[in-house]
Amino acid sequence: MEQTVFLQLEDGTCLAGKHFGAPLREDVTAEVVFTTAMTGYVETLTDPSYYGQMVVQTFPLIGNYGVNSTDFESEGIHMSAYITREWCRQPSNFRSQLDLDAFLKSQNVPGIYDVDTRFLTRKIRERGVMNGRLTAAKPSEDALPALKDWRIQDAVGHVTCKMPFEIPAGLPRHHVVLWDFGAKRNIARKLHALNCRLTVVPAHTACEEILALSPDGIMLSNGPGNPKDNLPIVKELSKLCKTGIPIFGICLGHQLLALANGADTHKLKYGHRGANQPVKDLTTGRTYITSQNHGYAVKSDTLPPEAVLSFINLNDGTCEGVRYTSFPGFSVQFHPEACGGPHDSEFLFRDFLNLMERRTGECR
Amino acid sequence: MPLNPKLKKVMVIGSGPIVIGQAAEFDYAGTQACRALKEEGLEVVLVNSNPATIMTDAAMADHVYVEPLTLDFLKKIIQKEKPDSILSTLGGQTGLTLSMQLAKEGFLEKEGVTLLGADPDTIAKAEDRQIFKDTMEHIGEPIIPSAVTGTLEGALSFARRAGYPVIVRPAYTLGGTGGGIAKDEEELREIASAGLRLSPITQILVEKCIAGWKEIEFEVMRDGGGNVITICSMENLDPVGIHTGDSIVIAPAVTLADKEYQMLRTAALHIIEAMGIEGGCNVQFALHPESYEYAVIEVNPRVSRSSALASKATGYPIARVAAKIAVGYRMDEIKNEITGMTKACFEPALDYVVVKFPKWPFDKFVYAARKLGTQMKATGEVMAIGRNFETALMKAVRGAEISHDCLADASMRKMDDDALTWKLMAEDDERIFAIYEALYRGFSVEKIHELTMVDEWFLYKLLHLCGLEKQLSSGELTDALLREAKRNGFPDKTIARISGRTDFPHLPFSYKMVDTCGAEFAAQTPYFYSTADEEDEAGPFLAERASGKPVVIVFGSGPIRIGQGIEFDYASVHCVWALKDAGYEVVIVNNNPETVSTDFNTADRLYFEPLTPEDVADIIRTEKPVGAVVAFGGQTAIRLTKWLSESGVPILGTPADSIDAAEDRGRFEALLKELHIRQPKGDTVRTVDEALEVANRLGYPVLLRPSYVLGGQNMIIAFSDADVQEYMQIILSHLENNLVLIDKYMMGTELEVDAICDGEDVLLPGIMEHIDRAGIHSGDSIAVYPPWNLSPAKTAKLVDYSTRLALSLHTKGLINIQYVISQDQVYVIEVNPRSSRTVPYLSKVTGIPMVDIATRIMLGEKLKDMPYGTGLYPASSYTAIKVPVFSFEKLSGLDTQLGPEMKSTGEVLGIGPTMTEALYKGLVGAGYSMKRKGGVFITVRDTDKEEIPEVARHFADLGFHLYATAGTARVLREHGMQATMVHKISESEHNTIALLESGKVNYIISTSAKGRTPARDSVKVRRKSVELGIPCLTSLDTAVALADILKSGFTAETATLVDICGLQK
Repeated sequence: MEQTVFLQLEDGTCLAGKHFGAPLREDVTAEVVFTTAMTGYVETLTDPSYYGQMVVQTFPLIGNYGVNSTDFESEGIHMSAYITREWCRQPSNFRSQLDLDAFLKSQNVPGIYDVDTRFLTRKIRERGVMNGRLTAAKPSEDALPALKDWRIQDAVGHVTCKMPFEIPAGLPRHHVVLWDFGAKRNIARKLHALNCRLTVVPAHTACEEILALSPDGIMLSNGPGNPKDNLPIVKELSKLCKTGIPIFGICLGHQLLALANGADTHKLKYGHRGANQPVKDLTTGRTYITSQNHGYAVKSDTLPPEAVLSFINLNDGTCEGVRYTSFPGFSVQFHPEACGGPHDSEFLFRDFLNLMERRTGECR
Repeated sequence: MPLNPKLKKVMVIGSGPIVIGQAAEFDYAGTQACRALKEEGLEVVLVNSNPATIMTDAAMADHVYVEPLTLDFLKKIIQKEKPDSILSTLGGQTGLTLSMQLAKEGFLEKEGVTLLGADPDTIAKAEDRQIFKDTMEHIGEPIIPSAVTGTLEGALSFARRAGYPVIVRPAYTLGGTGGGIAKDEEELREIASAGLRLSPITQILVEKCIAGWKEIEFEVMRDGGGNVITICSMENLDPVGIHTGDSIVIAPAVTLADKEYQMLRTAALHIIEAMGIEGGCNVQFALHPESYEYAVIEVNPRVSRSSALASKATGYPIARVAAKIAVGYRMDEIKNEITGMTKACFEPALDYVVVKFPKWPFDKFVYAARKLGTQMKATGEVMAIGRNFETALMKAVRGAEISHDCLADASMRKMDDDALTWKLMAEDDERIFAIYEALYRGFSVEKIHELTMVDEWFLYKLLHLCGLEKQLSSGELTDALLREAKRNGFPDKTIARISGRTDFPHLPFSYKMVDTCGAEFAAQTPYFYSTADEEDEAGPFLAERASGKPVVIVFGSGPIRIGQGIEFDYASVHCVWALKDAGYEVVIVNNNPETVSTDFNTADRLYFEPLTPEDVADIIRTEKPVGAVVAFGGQTAIRLTKWLSESGVPILGTPADSIDAAEDRGRFEALLKELHIRQPKGDTVRTVDEALEVANRLGYPVLLRPSYVLGGQNMIIAFSDADVQEYMQIILSHLENNLVLIDKYMMGTELEVDAICDGEDVLLPGIMEHIDRAGIHSGDSIAVYPPWNLSPAKTAKLVDYSTRLALSLHTKGLINIQYVISQDQVYVIEVNPRSSRTVPYLSKVTGIPMVDIATRIMLGEKLKDMPYGTGLYPASSYTAIKVPVFSFEKLSGLDTQLGPEMKSTGEVLGIGPTMTEALYKGLVGAGYSMKRKGGVFITVRDTDKEEIPEVARHFADLGFHLYATAGTARVLREHGMQATMVHKISESEHNTIALLESGKVNYIISTSAKGRTPARDSVKVRRKSVELGIPCLTSLDTAVALADILKSGFTAETATLVDICGLQK
């Protein structure tokens, strides 16, 4: 008989469910967020942007195709806990290496299942994102004030690489510095596939150190937490913006770039997390379905004149992308690297390549 | 881009009669489209030969033509109405093919008509096998090794190169008609020849067989701005090899990792882009179960059965959005009606799973081959929604009305292991039950996977259900087990049956919402499904939005099957509308995804649930209705009556007791006696001896049927003791302890009345006279309104009988009565105090909104306060004739001879100023090609030999050459007609089959005393006629009618077009 465990939310809601994954030796506190993606749970689990959060899967059947390490978006799981309606004990897929439970155990991440995930999702939708505590003991109301006050600390610091490293390419056309705030692996894979040599640098790298690598372009990765918790990075980034080196930002990278150019960010009520988010390209009028995972957004009305709003979210009109006129750079809030989710906007990597090519041409 | 300003008047082509492969889903799609167009202020012209549709209602379009869907008639309508455009993608394959032909001929260009949705190039890219292949190769999408050929030799040479088995798919046919898998040269010769013949362009695709691969479908949408989205993915439980329409389907796909999923999703988007479709499209893939290898199987550049399913599964109104796109809108300009705040340009996220389960006609057609393959055989389907696969499958199975409340099958439990192994490999409609039984008795998942290629994911889920069944049958019913069973779809009744316990509490269902977005946004349109042991959303939703209006629940008619078709959905929807108009809040419960009734905005609230007492009980608890309506949902809803009234739910309309009084033979006889109305003499028997005694007492011929029937199931006309003996043996072996009814079979004219009664007065909108004499099921008869040879005295008698019957049965609403006039006497054959198959047809031609009136009467209004009067309503100046349509080419082995068992799947209407013209249109609409010369082959049973000379004379006089079998030929010669004698199949090579294949015969008249058994000569002749597409008349009355029409010389040129909207004013 499985252990009954509890999920307590800061508004006092308490759900009982069954335990799976790693043993719940001590309580786990994290921000509770939901994703509506129906496939790609391996990618979700291994996405560093979920650091400090526990994730509710709105699709009720998770683990159907097992877990395969080639689908990892980082070396392992960064989220604090996992919440599903059901997990699949007998996964079926030719690539499956282990089941979800075994994977969570191997990564020391606990999970809770057999909870009404739709109820939980509706709660978050109405009340906004909340902190939650996963606990083996029946929770008491006394824990609520502490739960409310809990904050994610140094999110980026926990997920960025510790040391710079290179990803060589066979016949490199460009050298890109990938500034790692918790980068998903597919960003590097996409650039690599376009014949870019990559130097991945940690989040705390200074502008000068990056320039010393003489990159053709700078890729700002995704990452977890509040963008405003990274003011030292923003400061270095604002210096880089003046160098004329092409810059491409994704997700947190997009927010940091905006902050570096004087715009502001704010926290969304419950964020955008899923593989079905429509964004509209304001230049062409085309709409693309994108993969998203973010709780903060750039405030469109704070963009300076040299930052042009280029993409908006079709559901709520929020900023999904910015193009800069003062330097060759652009950024998007969504994930053109996909994994999981649609690949419809992967052309943006080619746009980045074009920026680098144009600049190389000008320099010659 | 907003609405294209050049568009003012759009013509929509419907899909015609319901046939296997093209069912009610196109009424749903067409209705949504018409509404979407009218909203834009466009003038809509609708053409559809099927009167039993909502889309042909006068309110749906500005001009409605219930005319044959042929090129000639369409041209005539276009010239009269002068639309500026045609929407080609919402009328199924029929609408698409006709639009393409009109374009190809240059007719549209000449008339200045634009094709919306898909242009001829697009259509050709999907439909023409060679162009499709080239297009896929051009964009680098893999397809299955194949050859397009117009000859048998081409097919054979490809198969020699690629190796057997191969699949044959004819071009431009519905639901894979004429296709099949050939394992060797002999089979290929047969299948390829048939395929070439059935293809309107004599072209087939022969492809390498990849049976056993996963079958995955994507519904895709694209607008004129190039925006593309996928709406839903679907995975077939049955791997490639079984037609997707005959497969159990789950949405979304579950065994694909994100890599595989995105690979196919991206491919689907590339394909819709390459095809240039503006609207919806369906892409089918085969995916190798052990690699990334995949192949595109098929692309439908139109709204399809799968898109109806995807619409209902996700809540995304595909047809509506497709129609808006066709007239110029982009998806980001179209509102998502479900959330009310987001746009149509997004991909639905599900937080449940959906299972589709096909409904096959094999319970009616016991001799039809049950094996499934590339030819679709299902007449309909049910859909079920659950928080897990187990629940959804359990709901689907019990909602399919196949006498199953779970996956366990009593007859399979009795099979030995060998027999069960064979059953596993039989690939028939019962495979899922065989798999379940094999798992139950311990066959390994690996072995079953090997035998069936069904993915292990599904097998393990079934194994989970087996485990629960075993635990339940141990009799120890713990709280945890009860909860687990309920959360996996076991109803209380089943739990009680398996566990032998009744002392457990009912854990009430709660209801969750289908909202297109996984709860990310608040939804506005309440579309619910049940779940066990979770938060209820329906209760709070109702409390929050209480309008104060009383609530009425309307029960729908479930899956489409022979005998219970789209007509009942038509009536259910009209009932919902009438109730809304009368100030009620209306809830509909139904489980058929193909219908208008399950559209998100038909009723105020929709519960997508099986129609069983237990499934509706908690809906009633939640909704607290003031009443329930069962009269419009066919036998499915009627079956709930007893339970509803016992549970204290007021039934609106005719009381439950009256329904019983009409169905219970004893009570019904007593009633007729009291009213002094005749019925054919009859009796009830249990044994062969009793049956023989009664049959001889009544005198042959007699009609035999089991006491409980729907659609004339298992009915025969017996002419001799031998017939009675054979029948009784069959019926008693199928249905133990069943009572059998024997009636004197009355030869004569059959008439049908649909009446409306308020308890005080009775209104008869019209009387219909059947062309086919009694003995052919009313659903299969050609019915004529108004009657053409009913004397005023007899008319008065019918009105009198109908009035008295309706009143004495305390009818409040509709009542359908069937009569036969034999030797100048009027007999009542059957009374059904509910909506019937003919209600939509009669409503349309008389202009009387019958369902609307009946609903208002249920609510207490009186006929005398309405403007329609009482008694027989004055007959229309037009004659309207209903002609049945069959799907014989889809069901191999089935005898086509008509009889007391219903066999038709759909109907068309012919409407004209005279009976001859109406009949001409009806027959053309039903697909008769109206050849005016050639040969007629006649072979009839002895009992018909007396009449056949007169029938044959009609054709002889028209100049047809007569061919006949020995006995028939002799009779014809005796009556002075020339007839070439043809040998029986066993007698000579120059036999009947060879004659048919020679192409000399244009019509066949064939009846035999006993049909059904596929081995009989007469059945083989009739099957051959189906294969060759030669009209085969098994009713002498239809044959005479056809001859009359041929003589009349009507053509599309001379026919009058009738705008239904004008009739109803």
